[in-house]
Amino acid sequence: MDELHRKSIAELSAGLAEKAFSSVELTRHFLARIRDLDSGLNSVITVAEKEALLQAGAADERIQKGEAGPLTGIPLLHKDIFCTKGVRTSCGSFMLDNFISPYDATVVERLAAAGMVMLGKTNMDEFAMGSSNETSHYGPVKNPWDTERVPGGSSGGSAAAVAARLAPAATGTDTGGSIRQPAALCGITGLKPTYGRVSRYGMIAFASSLDQAGPMARSADDCAWLLSAMAGFDERDSTSVERPVDDYPGALEQPVKGLRIGVVKEFFETGLDKDVAASMEQAMEELKRFGAELVEVSLPHSEYSVAAYYVVAPAECSSNLARFDGVRFGHRCEDPKDLEDLYKRSRAEGFGAEVKRRIMIGTYALSAGYYDAYYLKAQQVRQIIAQDFRDAFAQADVLLGPASPDVAFRLGEKASDPVSMYLSDIYTIAVNLAGLPALSMPAPRVKGLPVGLQLIGNYFDEGRLLGVAHQLQKATDWHLQTPEAFS
Amino acid sequence: MTLERDDVEKIAHLARIAVEPEELDVLQRELGGILHLVEQMEKLDTDGITPMAHPLDMPQRLRPDVVTEENHREEYQAVAPLVENGLYLVPRVIE
Repeated sequence: MDELHRKSIAELSAGLAEKAFSSVELTRHFLARIRDLDSGLNSVITVAEKEALLQAGAADERIQKGEAGPLTGIPLLHKDIFCTKGVRTSCGSFMLDNFISPYDATVVERLAAAGMVMLGKTNMDEFAMGSSNETSHYGPVKNPWDTERVPGGSSGGSAAAVAARLAPAATGTDTGGSIRQPAALCGITGLKPTYGRVSRYGMIAFASSLDQAGPMARSADDCAWLLSAMAGFDERDSTSVERPVDDYPGALEQPVKGLRIGVVKEFFETGLDKDVAASMEQAMEELKRFGAELVEVSLPHSEYSVAAYYVVAPAECSSNLARFDGVRFGHRCEDPKDLEDLYKRSRAEGFGAEVKRRIMIGTYALSAGYYDAYYLKAQQVRQIIAQDFRDAFAQADVLLGPASPDVAFRLGEKASDPVSMYLSDIYTIAVNLAGLPALSMPAPRVKGLPVGLQLIGNYFDEGRLLGVAHQLQKATDWHLQTPEAFS
Repeated sequence: MTLERDDVEKIAHLARIAVEPEELDVLQRELGGILHLVEQMEKLDTDGITPMAHPLDMPQRLRPDVVTEENHREEYQAVAPLVENGLYLVPRVIE
């Protein structure tokens, strides 16, 4: 039983089918790991022990009756941005510290329908705004590879929990890199799907034209199974795409031979740590060995992506977060003297510093007289960046680069300088602006710390990305390495 | 474009966020720093470029105009800060 947390989802699924262990046993194993090991990491905000054991019991019945699917009985953690009926959904904010959602997010509903067992909710940057998990009301998450370092963000709790094997898998969301950057810094595999592939219903909105949910797990194989259950049209999300879901597990064995892999020139220029660059070289050598053709491609305007992002994302966040007004749900200040005082103090008390900064930047950008100079300009820059990608995909099937310019930084290192924090997402943001799918998978570690290899695909090419990652993972053990204290 | 203290106060009011006078200097510096980052966009010529409204260039879907939502008043009000007789209570708005 001791080694259950070292198994892949496919292995766990086989074990459940063969009755080598039950879902209740598996669930208890992971709940015990969270109880024993998470105090040093702070990756979980809410443990849902009672609900998890009920779901596990129901999964065991399904398995008994022969009605199980490949994910039935497998435990997972949800990022605390997904609404879960009956279990607190805080979004990492004091504003929602007392919020219990009356309904489930579509992602939660679909994974539950597949028979997955929710162990609890993971820590995150407040309202998903941050790249280090230090903006959470519930305190920072520690990186399991070095607890003096950040796990990345905003899905830092999900990444740290999977890296520490506190759960086989977790959900994440990615608005500017919030799945890929923490996956990179914690040494796991995380996929941001094409915009619109996974429903945003019940996922607390940050920047609606960028937000996308995706799976975070040890391997591309695990992510393929999770994405199969998460993806698909949902009429409750007006930007959900009406298009059949590909067979992601079936795409894993596509050969890499003959594939044109575009190495993004700009991602290897200024700012990239030389050891991270060397790690990328090793991964590229491996791909060449498989017969992939590596070509250099350029995204000439990618340097403008951070600037455009810090207009689009704050503008949309200022609009989305206007709903937190202290009236219908969430935090309300004491003794408001009038309605304006109620709004202003509830919001001042409920939101942390980073969220307030972004709301204010967005409010400014959208205020009378500034719309053309900021929001409209940013949407034009976005178009130019999307065109760069269209040009690159004329020369390559998949694009490649690092997910982050360096390994995990130290807690507090960038916390006092918002702009230096923003620049840690320099390789991930352009993908969100264009709406493309991309994943980060472990590359060879440097200085003992994980490094993320980023693969970017054309629209709806998630299967191909997962296939390339899976072929690399079949030939290497980069994704199997576990921090010693959690092995 | 530099941001003055007055601008920060005005933005905070528009955003309905209470700001203490002693927070203004820090906010002025931080918001100014972010705007400085954003202004890099000015170096890029965007004349004649169609703004990108949607990553997939997809129109908004329409649905039939029928009632699909059920009444969830009690569940929704269970998480409200202050309710009475099915109504959300706020401070007096009309004198």
